[in-house]
Parts: sequence; structure tokens; C-alpha cells
Amino acid sequence: MIFRIFALMVAVALVSACETAPDESAAASGAGASKAATSSTGTTSAATPAATPAAAPSGPTAGSQEDLVANVGDRVFFDFDKYNLQPDARATLEKQAAWMKRFASVTISIEGHCDERGTREYNLALGERRANAVKDFLVALGVSPSRVKTISYGKERPIALGSNDQAWEQNRRGVTVVTGGSPSG
Amino acid sequence: MKGPGGCAIGPIRSVIVALIALAATAPPAWAELRIDITQGRAEPLPIAIAEFAGASAEDAQFGRDISRVVSADLERSGLFRPLDARAFIRTEASVDVLPRFADWRVINAQALVHGVANTLADGRLRVQFRLWDVVAEQQMTGFVYQSSPAGWRRLAHLIADAVYERITGETGYFDTRIVYIAERGPKNRRIKRLAIMDQDGENHQFLTDGSNLVLTPRFSPTLQEITYLSYYRNVPRVYLFNIDTGRQQIVGDFPGMTYAPRFSPNGKQVIMSMSKDGNSEIFAMDIRTDEIVQLTHHSAIDTSPGYSPDGERVVFNSDRGGAQQLYVMDADGSDVRRISFGDGRYATPVWSPRGDLIAFTKIHRGTFYIGVMRPDGTGERLLTEGFLVEAPTWSPNGRVLMYFRQWPSDETGSGNRSKVYSIDLTGHNEREIITPLDASDPAWSPSIPF
Repeated sequence: MIFRIFALMVAVALVSACETAPDESAAASGAGASKAATSSTGTTSAATPAATPAAAPSGPTAGSQEDLVANVGDRVFFDFDKYNLQPDARATLEKQAAWMKRFASVTISIEGHCDERGTREYNLALGERRANAVKDFLVALGVSPSRVKTISYGKERPIALGSNDQAWEQNRRGVTVVTGGSPSG
Repeated sequence: MKGPGGCAIGPIRSVIVALIALAATAPPAWAELRIDITQGRAEPLPIAIAEFAGASAEDAQFGRDISRVVSADLERSGLFRPLDARAFIRTEASVDVLPRFADWRVINAQALVHGVANTLADGRLRVQFRLWDVVAEQQMTGFVYQSSPAGWRRLAHLIADAVYERITGETGYFDTRIVYIAERGPKNRRIKRLAIMDQDGENHQFLTDGSNLVLTPRFSPTLQEITYLSYYRNVPRVYLFNIDTGRQQIVGDFPGMTYAPRFSPNGKQVIMSMSKDGNSEIFAMDIRTDEIVQLTHHSAIDTSPGYSPDGERVVFNSDRGGAQQLYVMDADGSDVRRISFGDGRYATPVWSPRGDLIAFTKIHRGTFYIGVMRPDGTGERLLTEGFLVEAPTWSPNGRVLMYFRQWPSDETGSGNRSKVYSIDLTGHNEREIITPLDASDPAWSPSIPF
């Protein structure tokens, strides 16, 4: 309950920040995002960036999952046992929000994932937090919450298969998946 | 426990038990044969388990099979050392005459089990056995059991339970089952299925087909139902699975993900987590009336709840203090107290059926441990460790834990493996439970009533 009210306040703060300083107001939204992560102490270790946007002339259909992956970045990464958004994650999500505005009929699901270094049930809760950190950020940037669902997979669906730090960094992620409304259908 | 423990998988609907005694031998009780299982590493008790006799070829086969299962049960407990039958001087084929104790003492047997199997006119299987103290030359216990022939394995477990109980003074746990998650496939596309087996890995059966991701099954104290998490239609929710009918049913109508379910000791409630908008809280739901009570009210992660055996308290996992720790509260959600204060992160607390201990997973400096502590947080003891060990579950007598162990993999996912193990509360006798596929999330059944 307390958390929900608090999250709402943060969201409001974010929205107003964006009104005054649209787009690359990393400072304002950054402050909001780190606030939303109430108990986290943001560390500086850089998460591995998402697939680098590549301008492909004959690329994927605009507004599709492939378009999101290739030109925006479909995922953000988290520190161990954390769900606060790092600066590069916020930059990716700002691009996602802009993309969502461009393709206003697209609906998405945010998948929250964890590495294998936690217990199953706790990781389900942590994945849920991560997915919602992403959702809250997108919503604060003006994406309608009705277009965004969340799901946690905990540690059940790693993307990198190794049992090492590099793999675990890849696996602590929030992934945006287009679920409907893509212009090409 | 109410009603018979009948179930579609363990086909014995009724087991008739009678205590038998051989009129003779009641010398004064001195230095009774006994294993004190609270002691660290006791030398396993040498026990002779004679092949159970049978008049017909079929009955003789039942007899051999039953002695083999009894022997395997007792051996696996780590407390008994069944002697090699090739050293036996006698067969003791009759349970109606006193054994020749001197012949058993020669091979250093301290206890002797013998018995006889015979198929009755109505087709039922009747098994009679006696346990003897070879040194004191007296009967320690003896029973007659009857069941359908298909239930012979269960009769063997009941005999092993009777021997274990008589010699250790603790309730046996061999006539029990395990529900767990069977796993196969690459790490990023793991197929997971509900599966059930006897505690020794026999009578294995898959309960779901793997089309939905399923996790964390737990037994109802009434044995007919399992509660677990399913991603059916990609919506993670807590379900009930009826073992008799195979019917699956969602628990409640919650607006967010429900997970981490466990039954209350009376089987009437399921306690679980529900996550919505990124926050998780603990709820208890009456599965008959659908009445729901929210027990925690905190912005932190609150999960992995489990009741004390008297149903009056709940232990759970929360990061409200910064990192994952164990907390105990009253069953109505009041009086929350942190109980874990050691180095590291604590998770998956499970109250012992005896009430005296809480088992947990601990993560410290990159190593996972299975441990126990008293419900007030004192007396922490770590039993085993590894790259990943997780999810302890108690034998119904509170003397043995099962958990799963996972191995690290290389970049290709090779080496990834997961298996269920059991370990004695003393930290000794760690054993793999043999399963056809990889295995995780074991849950031990309560004792099966008969």
C-alpha cells in the first residue's frame, strides 16, 4: 500500500519533469527512477548494453518486435539483486517510450528476469519488481498503462547459458515484447 | 488424518495390520537394542534381513522383493547396515518358531528381520514379519499386513517403518512419497513437469505433460492434492492438482502473479505470495470458502511463507531489512520478528513437522547452503553446500531433509544438471534420489495414513 502511493508520487514527479524538459532530460527522469528503487543503492558497474541500433534501410517492419530490437533496443539490464534502472537502461527506455508513441496501437509485455544466483521464489518476486520498474518508467514517460503488461520469469528463462558473471549480467534483464497492434499485424 | 490414504497412484486402498507376538521370551528389559539418531555419526546397526518365505513360486517372489525393499529402505537411512545374505548360516523361513540366535550372532547381526508372504484365497497378499533382538533373544515387534498384491511395495515400506520405529523410537518415513519437478532440455528452454514418486524413487509418474512451465509443488496434508505454480496460458498463478482425478484448478482470482504456495497444517488454507505493481505480499486463502486474508503490508519482497505445524505462526522470506532474511509472524500477520542474523542471505524457510527447527537455503559469498535453525533464530547449523543447493523439504518425522542440487554450466549450457538429494539432520548420509530426468523443487508427503 505504502509502496503504491509512493510509486504514484514518483510517477507524478517524473511526468512533470518530462513536461518541463522533454526527451533527453536524463537528470530529471534519472532522479525519479533511482527514487522509485527505494531500497537500492545504485552501483556503477555498467550493464551490458542492448543490441546496438543499426539503421537498416531494408530492415524489419516498422513497429514490429524486430524493429524494436534492431532500432531501439528491447532490453535493459540490472545489477545483482537490484531493480533500479541504470542510466543506460533509462536511455533505452526513453527510446522505447518514443517508439511506443510513434506506434500508438502497439501493446507490449515486459518480462522481468533474474540470474541463477538466487532462490526460485525470491527471484519470481524480484523479476516482478524489475518488470514493473520498466513499466513504471515507460508510463511516467507517457505510455498508457493499458498498453503495458508485466510478467516475471524469475530465473526460469536465462538468455545466456553459462554459469559466470558475463552470463548472469545478460540474464538480469527486463525485456520488452510486442504483444499486439504492430502495424504489419 | 481423515479418511483412507487412498490415491490413484499408490494403489493400496486398505492395509490391514495386526500385531503379532510369539509366546515366549520376555526376559527383563536390559540394554535394549536402540539407535539414538540424535547422535552425530553412529555406526550403522548390523541387521540381518532374511528373504521372506513363500510357499508358491509367486509368493516366494513377493517374499524376495519385499525383503529387498525393506533392506534398501533401512540401508538408505544410514542407520542400518543390512548384512550380506551370502553370509547367512540359516534362512529362518518360518516365523512360527524361534530363530537360532547363536547362528545370527556368529555373523555379528544385532537384529534379525524375517517373514513370510502368502496369497490368500481371495487374492489378497498377506505378509507377516518379526523383528528380533539377536543379543537379548527377544522379539522387538511383529505385524501382519494385508493388501492387494499390487501393493506389495507399500507393505515392504510399512515393514521398514516398523523396524525403524522400534529401533530408533522415531516415526518411520519410508511409506511416503515425493512430488517434484522433472526437468529436461536446454537451460533457456527447460521443459518442466510435475512428477510424483515413492520416497525411494519407485512408482515414478509424470503428472503434467510439460506444455506449461510448472514450479514449486507442495503436498496437502490430506495427501490428495498438490499446490503448485503454473504458467498456464502464460499467466503465472497458484493451482491445485488433484492426484486422484488429475484435475487442475486455479486458487483464487487474484489481480497479479500468485506463487510460493503451501498448505496450512489442517489443509484448509493455502498461504502464498501475490505480486502486483512490483510489490509482493503474503496472503492466506481458504480453499473452500475462497476467503482471503492479507498477512503482510510492506513495500519489500515478502515471499516463501510456511506455517508452523500447529498453524499458529508463519515463517517467511523478506528483504524488508535490506537483504533477504527470515521472519516469523503470528498466523494473523501480527508480531513480525526477524529470526536470521547470520552473514549472508536466507531464503526458502520450512518449518519442521516436529516444530523444533526451520530449514532454509542460505547464500553467502557465492556459495549456497542448506541449514537449520531454531524458530527463534538460534542454533544455526549448515548441513550441506554447493554451487547451488535449494529448497529443503522435511521428512514427516523431521529427521531427514530433501533438497535439490544444481551444477554450473559452461557458455553452451553444457554441464547444467539438477538432482534431488536427501541428507540426515545430523549432516551425514547425503544421497542422491535417482530420477529418470533432472529434478528440482522436491516436496515430501506427510505420513500416509492406513
